[in-house]
Amino acid sequence: MLSRVADNLYWMSRYLERAEHTARLVDVELELWLDQAQRAGAERWRFLLAALQTAPPGEGPVSAASLVETLVFNRTRPSSLVSCIAAARENLRHVREQCSSEMWEQLNRLYLSVMDKQADESRHLKSHAFLRGVRDGAHLFQGITDGTMSHGEGWQYIQLGRYVERTETLASLIGAHFERLPHKSDEAVETAEYLEWIGLLKACGAFESYCKAYTAEIRPMQVAEFLILNSDFPHSVRFSVDRVESALKTIANLTERKAGMPARIAGRLRAQLSFSQIDEILAAGAPLYLRSISRECVQLHAAIHQIYFDYPVESELAS
Amino acid sequence: MSVTPIRLQTDAYSSFVNYQLDNSYDEMFEAPGVPRAHYRTLHKTLMGMAPEELRRTQQAADLTFLHEGITFTVYGNKEGTERIFPNDLVPRIIPAGEWAKIEKGLTQRITALNIFLKDIYHQGQILSDGVVPRELIYSCRHFRREMRELQVPRDVYVSVCGTDLVRLPGSEFAVLEDNLRVPSGVSYMLANRKVLKRVFPTLFRDYNVCPVDHYPQALLATLRSLAPANWPTQQDAATVLLTPGVANSAYFEHTFLAQQMGIELVEGRDLLVHDNVVYMRTTAGLRRVDVIYRRVDDDFMDPLCFRPDSTLGVPGLFNAYRAGNVTLANAIGTGVADDKAVYAYVPAIIKYYLAEDAILPNVPTYLLNDASSRAMVLEKLDEMVVKAVGESGGYGMLIGPHSTAAQREEFRQRVLADPRNYIAQPTLALSRAPCLIGDDVESRHIDLRPYILFGEKVTLVPGGLTRVALPKGSLVVNSSQGGGSKDTWVLRAEQTREPGITQKSAADLEEAAADAQALDRARRPEGKLRQ
Repeated sequence: MLSRVADNLYWMSRYLERAEHTARLVDVELELWLDQAQRAGAERWRFLLAALQTAPPGEGPVSAASLVETLVFNRTRPSSLVSCIAAARENLRHVREQCSSEMWEQLNRLYLSVMDKQADESRHLKSHAFLRGVRDGAHLFQGITDGTMSHGEGWQYIQLGRYVERTETLASLIGAHFERLPHKSDEAVETAEYLEWIGLLKACGAFESYCKAYTAEIRPMQVAEFLILNSDFPHSVRFSVDRVESALKTIANLTERKAGMPARIAGRLRAQLSFSQIDEILAAGAPLYLRSISRECVQLHAAIHQIYFDYPVESELAS
Repeated sequence: MSVTPIRLQTDAYSSFVNYQLDNSYDEMFEAPGVPRAHYRTLHKTLMGMAPEELRRTQQAADLTFLHEGITFTVYGNKEGTERIFPNDLVPRIIPAGEWAKIEKGLTQRITALNIFLKDIYHQGQILSDGVVPRELIYSCRHFRREMRELQVPRDVYVSVCGTDLVRLPGSEFAVLEDNLRVPSGVSYMLANRKVLKRVFPTLFRDYNVCPVDHYPQALLATLRSLAPANWPTQQDAATVLLTPGVANSAYFEHTFLAQQMGIELVEGRDLLVHDNVVYMRTTAGLRRVDVIYRRVDDDFMDPLCFRPDSTLGVPGLFNAYRAGNVTLANAIGTGVADDKAVYAYVPAIIKYYLAEDAILPNVPTYLLNDASSRAMVLEKLDEMVVKAVGESGGYGMLIGPHSTAAQREEFRQRVLADPRNYIAQPTLALSRAPCLIGDDVESRHIDLRPYILFGEKVTLVPGGLTRVALPKGSLVVNSSQGGGSKDTWVLRAEQTREPGITQKSAADLEEAAADAQALDRARRPEGKLRQ
């Protein structure tokens, strides 16, 4: 397929995944904020910005309202939730004939509803409903995509974008969390921190699944293991990397190209995650480990562009 | 124009109560209340439908258009974005005999025009022999000197042509203008047909209408037949559709046709030229392109050759074209033959190359470059239609009888400033056809745009786009100016008997519609793999 088209599908998917992740994270954070003392506000801010890898806003009071305003509704910030939805829709609009009409309708509907609410004066009072709506809309889009789009090359780029983004956002979220609440061994959590760990699990939509795997006892090592190394839960780093590798393999087959750099990076990541032990990771420091994964993701993204989208013409013509 | 409202049925309310006849040819009625033979069944069906039924049927048709997103963009409109293409569900019916003549006439015309284009870009015999004035050709903005001596495959310059026909009060068809550059509208023709099949399935079957759905296949075959000379077989020729992108008014049509033909839809930035060969950038590497069905104007095709500020084209494309490594359909420089001043010479052109009289006549045309014609026309501006020669879409046009004194004066100045750029024609009484306006059936002016494909052979899809001037009394049919369209039914030749009366209840219509839908689904072609 045309490189431009593949590029658009990949980016559309990344933007949508990011929007969904932001919605879930901010929703959880707003709830936690209510239980916090005032002075903890600045610290929460720093954590969130690190988790989302986004620049701090200018001066201004640190409050739940300003948090929502900056991370969710600010149309001028390219990484805000509404900007991500708008970008996802714009990317899809340019390649509309590639997707089914149901896909377009759903994404367009989500976009229009988000824009509508963004203009609402009292939007900060209805945050929870809004964020819930975004998550539902994104889920619906993914379901429609899986059900109505042929699982050919185009669909694979959508999966690729989704899981590359997920790997990166999970790595930075978990890393930022462990920076704030460092734990090197398997001791139990103090009550004060208990809610924070549950918050982390909920931000990944993982609380209930975690409980099924480990019971409701929150132990940092188990939480880390679940979110980083578990191969079954969809919002774990391992799961996402598995999907990335599988998408790359399929794309390499379909385009009859040698797997090349992206596959090597993805393969290395998967091997690293399959063979790591959680106690080793925590002993060395989870943030360090996760930062290296983030770096690999950035390289992976560049390699994908290099091979499939933006390849230099000269190298192609030589072959 | 005298307009006499004539009651067509004295008893019981009739949808035709507001139907007006005047001195223009009416497609449906030969006399008040008397439908023409081929319209009798349609007339009876419409009479048998209550107004609410008619309205519901129109709404169902509109909904289909809405859901499928069959839209176009209107320039110069405040909202300035996508609108659903207005369609009218009363079909326009053309008997087989009339169509046969149209087909012959159009085939003759496009054959002559292709020979003409080859001539003026090579020897220029017709110019030396004085049949067409040389300065007329060379002063034409669309004459491209770059095309001199360039060989095109099969000498086919125009492979996709949309010629606008009008029916005059005497019942004969005449050519209003040719569109030889980037004619559009064919996707609406296909969409109209699809909707009508759902809305009037029984009527459709009874009438025995010639199909049009093979247009995409015919177009693809035509494009492939023009593959550049140095390519092994036609089947291997990689064909793409070059679009200006999402912002273009006809973008829906570009995506629709590309999808139906199973070819790649590309923009200028997806293509590149290396060693005079055109390639497209795909995830599997560079793929050679052989035939480009281009929906981009000449001016924007190659920034190295034409407008340097164009980002819609491909640098070096014209060199690849000149080297014979890629085919462009339509060729560059065809606009000189659809210039409205050159149009006046087409009957002479046909005579010169084919030694035949034009089967389809022109409409009387005055070239305002000529002093005496100019003087005469400027005297009678309120009776004339004045057009700028290079425009399309109904822009740059003055309709005398519908204009204000101020508009006429403005046009007068324009003509005096640049007379070569204008022609005038007497206001034509375009034929009228029944249209569903609100709850009633009223008459509106229409024209006809058949599509002619010229490759290895000439292919005409029976029918074409019938465009309707929707505002009451308006003569402007272009979609960009508020026009709409109808489905056109060309009847099969073997039709000898009168189709049966089809007055059905709503339930029967629904059942028939469901049957037709199932048939439609079964007939849909298999999904095509991308190249």
